[in-house]
Amino acid sequence: MFLIKDLPLRRFKNGVSTIIFGMIDTISKKLIIGVFALLSYLSFGQEPENHEATAAHKDLRAEIRADIQHHLQDSHYFTFLSDEETHYAIPLPVILWDNGLKVFSASKFHHGETLAEVDGNYYKLYHNKIYKTDAQGTINYDENHHPTNAKPLDFSVTKSVVSILMTALLMFWLFSSLAKSYANNSGIATGVGRFFEPIILYIRDEIAIPNIGEKHYKKYMSYLLTIFFFIWFLNMFGLTPLGINVTGNIAVTFALALLTFIITNVTANKNYWGHIFWMPGVPLPMKIILAPIELLGVIIKPFSLMIRLYANISAGHIVLMSLIGLIFIFKNWLGSSLSFGLAFAISLIEILVALLQAYIFTMLSALYFGFAVEEHDHEAAH
Amino acid sequence: MEKLIEEFSFGLFFWQLIIFILLIVLLKKFAWKPILNAVNEREEGIKNALKSAEDARKEMQNLQADNERILKEARAQRETILKEAREMKNNIVAEAKEEAKSQADKLMLQAQQAIEAEKQAALSEIKNQVSSLSLEIAQKVVTADLAKDKNQEKLIESLLKESQIN
Repeated sequence: MFLIKDLPLRRFKNGVSTIIFGMIDTISKKLIIGVFALLSYLSFGQEPENHEATAAHKDLRAEIRADIQHHLQDSHYFTFLSDEETHYAIPLPVILWDNGLKVFSASKFHHGETLAEVDGNYYKLYHNKIYKTDAQGTINYDENHHPTNAKPLDFSVTKSVVSILMTALLMFWLFSSLAKSYANNSGIATGVGRFFEPIILYIRDEIAIPNIGEKHYKKYMSYLLTIFFFIWFLNMFGLTPLGINVTGNIAVTFALALLTFIITNVTANKNYWGHIFWMPGVPLPMKIILAPIELLGVIIKPFSLMIRLYANISAGHIVLMSLIGLIFIFKNWLGSSLSFGLAFAISLIEILVALLQAYIFTMLSALYFGFAVEEHDHEAAH
Repeated sequence: MEKLIEEFSFGLFFWQLIIFILLIVLLKKFAWKPILNAVNEREEGIKNALKSAEDARKEMQNLQADNERILKEARAQRETILKEAREMKNNIVAEAKEEAKSQADKLMLQAQQAIEAEKQAALSEIKNQVSSLSLEIAQKVVTADLAKDKNQEKLIESLLKESQIN
């Protein structure tokens, strides 16, 4: 039993370590080359700095910062490659609610260069957000340089929405085929299911049952499993060169945390509310003081879920992109190789973080569900 | 915080919520339920199999103990039966011997008596015949001899002698 459970994981670990060692090999080779290059560079002596170079440097820094900002934001294009002139990107449909539904392709914006005219209204793409403008496309700013133009309700299928949809389809295909393989193979998973089955069992046996309890855990399993794999997959896709940043998006983490919040409070029993509004077993003044604190806790718990996931993933993306940007700022063998090595190390950590954050979100959701359905034996406990 | 609110995109929130809830519902129906059921069934199956194996083992042990007991009993029974048979055989043989002996003795006695009787009968017959023959012979001899006087005298003489001796 134990062996069967463990085997695919071990195989997976072996595969990963082979890749890692392969890459470390490449890196060490690069480092050696880098040291030789540095020596030859030093022997020629340092060139005097000129002002032009510094200016270019500053420009590059600003550009990298803008790039990172741009990456963190959602987009109306699914971009694969781009520079100043050419964009290899798929324009996505824009859906606006502005006195009626307006649907058009983002290609009308020409990457923010032109206005999109729909039914006599003009829309401008400015910093990845759609503003309503006049025919000239003027943007009015307030004192903080924030645009004051009207923003129509934007239900566009953006890059993040496409990523979410793709992940959802992948998950549906993956897990329904796993379910089918059980039916076809008399209860034993085949293929990639052998990798996912131990994870599903882990969520059931180590997350759901200990936190929620044997009696109630079943009704939460679907949510816990879905949210775990959803967050994990999206975190992992965020590390691929597709460059999507879905779980580092506050709207997404808000939606996930909101669901945990709703499920917790809808399924909560009398005990849960009793412990919030009228804490048993403490003196009356304490009951009055504790009630607002506990009530605040109800909101803070999912709020912390939202911020934790958002902050971890955004931070990871910012650090990773900054390190990659450093390669272009250094523009020499030693610095760039160092940045590359660092970026690689951070990438490895990010793979761990991707799993960890999914685990933490699932674990804490299960914990909150556990609070909601906990049954106290007051006579014995207090 | 202000930045977060500014970054918040209602459209993305809307799509995320819809797609995610739909995903939960679909996966629940097509994936999680069948998977968890299959896993549960498998675990139950393993548990049951182990339990029935254990039960079978116990039953086997019981059966073996039973078998041994029965075997022992059967052996004991066989012993007693054999013993009884042996005794019975001895008795029968002894009885038969006794019977045969008495029968034989009886027969022997009867035979001896018969032989004795026959012998007596034969002897008396022979005596009778001998006496009649002797008489005839004597008659013939006497008639022949007595025809001669001399012989008569001799006979009388020998008879007298004989009677004198006696």
